[in-house]
Amino acid sequence: MAENNRAVLKLKEKFAASIIEVVEFRGEVTVTVAKDAIIEILSFLKQSLQYNLLTDLTAVDYLGKKEERFMMVYQLYSIPNKDRLRVKTPVTEVACTIPTAIPVWKTANWLEREVFDLFGITFSGHPDLRRILMTDDWVGHPLRKDYPLQGPDREPYKGRLS
Amino acid sequence: MAATETMTLNMGPQHPSTHGVLRLVLELDGEVIVKVTPHIGFLHRGVEKLSEHRTYHQILPLTDRLDYLAPMSNNLGYILTVEKLMAVEVPERAETIRIIMAELTRLESHLVWIACHALDIGAMTVFIYAFRERETVMEIYELISGARMTSNFFRVGGLSQDVPDEFVKKVSDFIDVMPGYLDQYEGLLTTNPIWLKRTVGNGVISAEDAIDIGLTGPALRGSGVDWDLRRDNPYSGYEKYQFKVPTGENCDTFDRYKVRLIEMREACKIVRQALDRLKPGPVLADCPQVCYPPKENVYNSIEGLIHHFKIASEGFAAPEGEVYHGVEAPKGELGFYIVSDGGNKPERLRIRPPSFVNLQAIEQMSVGSMIADLVAVIGTLDIVLGEIDR
Repeated sequence: MAENNRAVLKLKEKFAASIIEVVEFRGEVTVTVAKDAIIEILSFLKQSLQYNLLTDLTAVDYLGKKEERFMMVYQLYSIPNKDRLRVKTPVTEVACTIPTAIPVWKTANWLEREVFDLFGITFSGHPDLRRILMTDDWVGHPLRKDYPLQGPDREPYKGRLS
Repeated sequence: MAATETMTLNMGPQHPSTHGVLRLVLELDGEVIVKVTPHIGFLHRGVEKLSEHRTYHQILPLTDRLDYLAPMSNNLGYILTVEKLMAVEVPERAETIRIIMAELTRLESHLVWIACHALDIGAMTVFIYAFRERETVMEIYELISGARMTSNFFRVGGLSQDVPDEFVKKVSDFIDVMPGYLDQYEGLLTTNPIWLKRTVGNGVISAEDAIDIGLTGPALRGSGVDWDLRRDNPYSGYEKYQFKVPTGENCDTFDRYKVRLIEMREACKIVRQALDRLKPGPVLADCPQVCYPPKENVYNSIEGLIHHFKIASEGFAAPEGEVYHGVEAPKGELGFYIVSDGGNKPERLRIRPPSFVNLQAIEQMSVGSMIADLVAVIGTLDIVLGEIDR
């Protein structure tokens, strides 16, 4: 159960005020925390609980579905303990920025560039925040929900139903 | 001493040893690399965006086109994630065939790796040999799915169809001869002085740095980290198989070469065990809300046809929630992260490509060495641009 997860127990002890939600679904534990404490929590998880591998870092756009538009998602893995933990933190559209995780894991570099490129979330303290998949002069952020599937200035494709 | 200045050299995107459309901007001091700036995205097709507009079954063919040298591994990662989301139990025969195909895919992918890696370093014979063996795997692909590369053979809940009768003999014959071919490659490379000069001490990255930069798969095991998802977080029934997880010691290109060669031998052993376990039975889960009906029902009964039409046009609604599943693809951990809002299409599908993260290490592994050594580093990272750019 989520309450007995080793990381959740420790996080509740140390960062009780910052935890927004703990969910377990299909055996996977997700902890949602406040944005101000994110780097502190991530480095605590790495240093003290051996979550040494940042498997993935991405974002989700909940346009019109949640009050805070974006959700940053960090997938952590512990090679010594062979277990996973997902940490999420909400990011609003108005303050669309979050501190970089590069000081904790170097992996974050390109992954954060990708989130910046496709979602338009900026990472404060990132040394090289450029677009990575789209060209440098591209306008807009394609993975945002209000970005049209066909690209800008094009008729929507009507050939297929779904 | 006279002042020296560095020179900027553009390498790629059209370059035979960048394995696709990778562009590297090199800053050179003479022939020594000072800085490497990779530019990627030339093959970006927006797979993640497209997936948000397709039903769960319709996304599957897109996954073939990620790492196009290992389509079945991509299929496997995706369907396991959807099956986790839908809590579908897969019949044993389907799981066993999936393992056979996943391991043959590992062989296929590593064969292309050794062929291109050796060619880049100047050993052309290995290229010809490895592509000869790869052809057999492609024939097996064609036998079961009708396609040589974009196989699209697995389905959520099982397989698209059962394998034909010749399948077992064809696979069995292949893995009988494969270890002998591996000896051939080793005979050409392992003690070859040119090969040793080019690979020993090249692209060194310590275990700690490798984890910090997020390397996974053979690239991480070459640095001595004993971690393999198939053994440590088994999926699709891997816990029933006996296999060794090789690791390197010197963290260099030669050790990663040895790790991958042992992995190929172990893959043959896993396929042999899986063939021994293969029993007749259903290949699709009994879960009509999610799975396609068997083809004979579609052609012979009105209920089957309606069922097929419903799944093909509407798909199925997934419960609200989010799941992540990672598999040990030939190149490293391939993960899929699905966020579902309760509809028949994912709210968000994120692909965690191993090559993308592994490529990040290129600068750390090549700065201070010569351009020719950079070519060896690209080869040893074993990247595929289809997966990096998505």
